Parts: sequence; structure tokens; C-alpha cells
Amino acid sequence: MLANFWLRALHWGAVRNGAIGTALLALLIVVGSRNLQDFDWALAGYAFASLFAVFGIIYRYSVWLTKPPTRKYWRRGWELLWQGKSTALVLLSRAIVSRLVLQNFILRRGTVRYIAHMLILSGCALAAAVTFPLVFGWLHFEQGALGPDPTYEVVFFGMKVQEIPLQGVFSWAIFHALIISSFLVIPGVAIALFRRMTDHGEIAIQRFTQDLMPLILLFAIAFSGLLLWVSYEFLDGYFYSVLAQFHAITVIGTLLYMPFGKLFHIFQRPASIGVALYKALNAAKEQAVCPVTHQPFAPKMQTEDLKGVLSELRFDYSPDQPGRCHWNEISPKGRRLLIGAAHSRVRKGAFD
Amino acid sequence: MNPFKDFFIDFQRCIGCKACMAACAECDTHRGTPMIQVEQVDPARSPQTVPMVCMHCKNPTCANSCPADAIKKDENGIVHSSLKPRCIACRNCELSCPFGVPIVKDDIQLMQKCDMCFDRTSVGKKPMCATVCPTGALFYGTHEEIQQLRPNSKPVNRWRFGKQKVETRVYVMVPHDVDEMVVDSPEFGQTGAGSILDSERDSGREFL
Repeated sequence: MLANFWLRALHWGAVRNGAIGTALLALLIVVGSRNLQDFDWALAGYAFASLFAVFGIIYRYSVWLTKPPTRKYWRRGWELLWQGKSTALVLLSRAIVSRLVLQNFILRRGTVRYIAHMLILSGCALAAAVTFPLVFGWLHFEQGALGPDPTYEVVFFGMKVQEIPLQGVFSWAIFHALIISSFLVIPGVAIALFRRMTDHGEIAIQRFTQDLMPLILLFAIAFSGLLLWVSYEFLDGYFYSVLAQFHAITVIGTLLYMPFGKLFHIFQRPASIGVALYKALNAAKEQAVCPVTHQPFAPKMQTEDLKGVLSELRFDYSPDQPGRCHWNEISPKGRRLLIGAAHSRVRKGAFD
Repeated sequence: MNPFKDFFIDFQRCIGCKACMAACAECDTHRGTPMIQVEQVDPARSPQTVPMVCMHCKNPTCANSCPADAIKKDENGIVHSSLKPRCIACRNCELSCPFGVPIVKDDIQLMQKCDMCFDRTSVGKKPMCATVCPTGALFYGTHEEIQQLRPNSKPVNRWRFGKQKVETRVYVMVPHDVDEMVVDSPEFGQTGAGSILDSERDSGREFL
């Protein structure tokens, strides 16, 4: 009975996409690690959790893209990019820089929020850039030249890409990248948690699983990772194996949580550049003019697209009398005015 | 015990003092921006003003039309402002809401709207606007209280916009013979809300 419910609830197109994505990653792991020769089996738990996360993320992303409003923007974004050519590419580049790289809209939401967000973002991006290639066996280090200036060889996808001196700032930064990322993530999480504990607006609406759990998970990963470094660097490996297992649990838990919770916005957010393109390219095109206020209020394409989307969602704001406007052709201000007029009508201009 | 009560709105009682707007901006979740919008319907012909709060639809068009899944209705029927990590400021919510409520701010990539002062109502307090409204156009309380206060009116939460029926958590006060608020869209070529008032007057109905 329950199994039947789940089978019916599953989106089989999304299952197919997720399976293809997972199989591709598995193939890349095998190829990139030279038939698993370079695969570190001590990190197998991380690799399997990553495979599950990829399946979950692609599954959810695919389901998300089937929603009528999302599908409409997704298709329009690609259409406009194709039609707009050079103008679209310039707008796209700008949107990528401002929305994804600098994320200056978060700065405008608040400076403290921005500092916390960018610390967490940069720390996680750095950690991911190092961890995933290592876990998948794509990246490893081999002994290079010996002698007074010993070197390491960086091997990526089975190819030697660089030789780095064993001593030096560069190699130190590479071998301590995860420590650096901890020092970025921990203050970021601390600031974010402080905000969530002191900001009355946040306190009122935050949910544990959505807002606090991701911060706690990131803190657990960063702090346990940092303790691992302290253990092997300063304490001769004291408590190392327990810490390593705890760290693995936190990372694997976060990877498993990723498709379901707040962290999914990492994958959703890049789609916003399609909307930026939609808005920027439509700004110069025909605008819908409100029949009540006589002001242009939105691109005509958007009001028309929205009609189609709402129809797919089984909303019908079309007029019930011939010769009247569709409700979506009226601006928000015009709607408020008409509601006032309608209420005045039923009240016959008086109040009681 | 559920701390939430019901919200009743009577547009005709509004005198346009905008005390609700000033109070609304004080709410912690609104961060200095008033989420209630007060409109003058037709200032040249009538003093009528319209205070518009979110009606918290039972099946919110804004949330359905959101491509980013950023608008959520909670278990108390409150439709919240968009989730900050997800909102992409596409304006679908603003353009689809039949009541013209959501406010999209492109600079911060966020939709903000009346959340019935969730920081207050979730702990049993009244929303800011209902606290300061001098005429009772905005009232927060129980059905028993409003019936006692306005025996000649009744609360209605069913609306019709064209062919679309909408049921809301917020009630509008209407005469006893009205069961549904019907909001007609203007005819093609008709000009402004003022002309709609004119057409009502021409049709012989009394109008302020």
C-alpha cells in the first residue's frame, strides 16, 4: 500500500535524470581515478554520499523544472539568450558577476548578513574545490624531485599537471586549504547564528530544519575538520580516529541533507540569471498598460506568459462577461483600486 | 493553544490616515517598510481610500506562480514573504496576486508582503495595523467580537475575479445580503477607476 503510494508519487522522468547524472559521476570517478587505482578507499563513504547527493539534487531540480512557472522561465531564458545574441551575452555576463559572484543584492539586504554569507560561501567553495576531486580520486599528489629542493607532483585525472616545491607558500596553501576554509566558515556561521539569535524578525519566522540545521551542520564539519588538524599537527594524533569518524558523519550527513533542505538554493540560485535576462531584454520591449491607472506596469511578454502559466495551474482570471479585461491585464495598483470600488458598491457608498 | 485570531477588513471605514502604514513599518519582520498599501480610489470625486493587507488566500496564486518555490503558506494559513535564499524577484507573485499585495524589490532580490505581523500574531498579539486603526477598518479578533461590534454587517471570505473564485483567511465586512465579493474588471476602453465609479452612478446605484 505504502510502496504503491511512493511509486505513484515518484517523478519517473526525474528518476531517469538522476540515475543518468549519478551514472555519469560514477563513470567519471572510475575514469578520473584510472580504474580506481588512485581512488582512496578510506574516502569511499564520502564518494557514495556524493553519488546519493547528485541523484537527489538532479531529481529535485528536474521536478522543480516541471513546475509551469519554472519551466516557462527556463525556456524563455534559453530562447532570449539565443535570440539576443551579443546583447544577451553582455547582460548574462553582468548578471553572473553581480548575482552569482559578488552577490551584491545580499549586501543591500544588510552588511552583517553579507559578511556572514560571503565567509560561508567562500569557505564552502574552497573546501568543495579541494575535497571533491580528492574524494573522487581525480586529484592526488606524487613524490617529485628529491634532493635539497624536494617537490610534489600534482596529478589530476591521471595526468601530471604541475610540480610544486614541498616547502613554500603555495604548497602550504594547497595542503592547508581545508584549514583555511574552516577559518572562513566558522566565523561566518558564528555571525549568522548570532543574527538568528538576536534579530527579532528572524527569530519569529525561522525554522529549525530550514534555517538552523544547515548552519549547525556546516559548523560541525568545519570545527571537526579543524580539530583533526589540531590533533595531527599539535597533539601527535590524539583522538584522531574518533574525530575522523565524527567528521565523516557530519560531511556525509550534510551531503545527504543537501537535496532536501535550504542548501538546495546553491543549485537553484544560478537559474536566476535567466530571469535577469528575461527582465533586462523585455525592459525595452512592449509594456502592458493598466486600463485603470493608464501606466505601464510590466513587460507585455510577462503578463501574457503569466496568463498561460496560471491557466496551466488551473487558475482562471479571464472575464466572465464579454468585452472586459483579463484580471492579469490590470496592474497591482489598479486591482487595489477596483477592489475598493467593488466594496463601495456592495456597501452602497456607506459604512456600518 | 493556537495564538492566531481572525482579521476583518472594512474598506469603507478607512479614512486614509495611514497610521496603519506607519505602524506596519515598525513590525520586526517588515524591517522598516510598510507592507500595507493605502490607495485613494478616485481623489477627484470621492474621499474613499482602500487599505490593502494580504488576504492570505487558502490557495495562494502568488505561491503557485512562484518559479522558485519561495512563497510558503504555514500551518496557520499565513502566507509569508518570499524565502530569502530562493527569491529571484521575477515579479510573478506581484503580477498574479488578485489583490495586488506583494511588493517586489529588485535591488535586494526579494518579495515582501504583509505576513499579518507574524512576530506579533504568533505570540498572541494583534498586528500593528489593527492596533492603531482609529476607525476599526482593520480589526483583529474573534468572529464573536466582530459580530457584537458590527451587528449590521457580516464577514465574508469568498471573492470572485472574473471566473476565478478565491477564498481567503482574511475576512471583508459586507452587508448581510452579500455572500461573495465580486470584483469586476473594467470594460475595454473604460478609463480609470473613476469611470467605474461613474458607471455605477449612471446605473442608478447610490455612490459616495
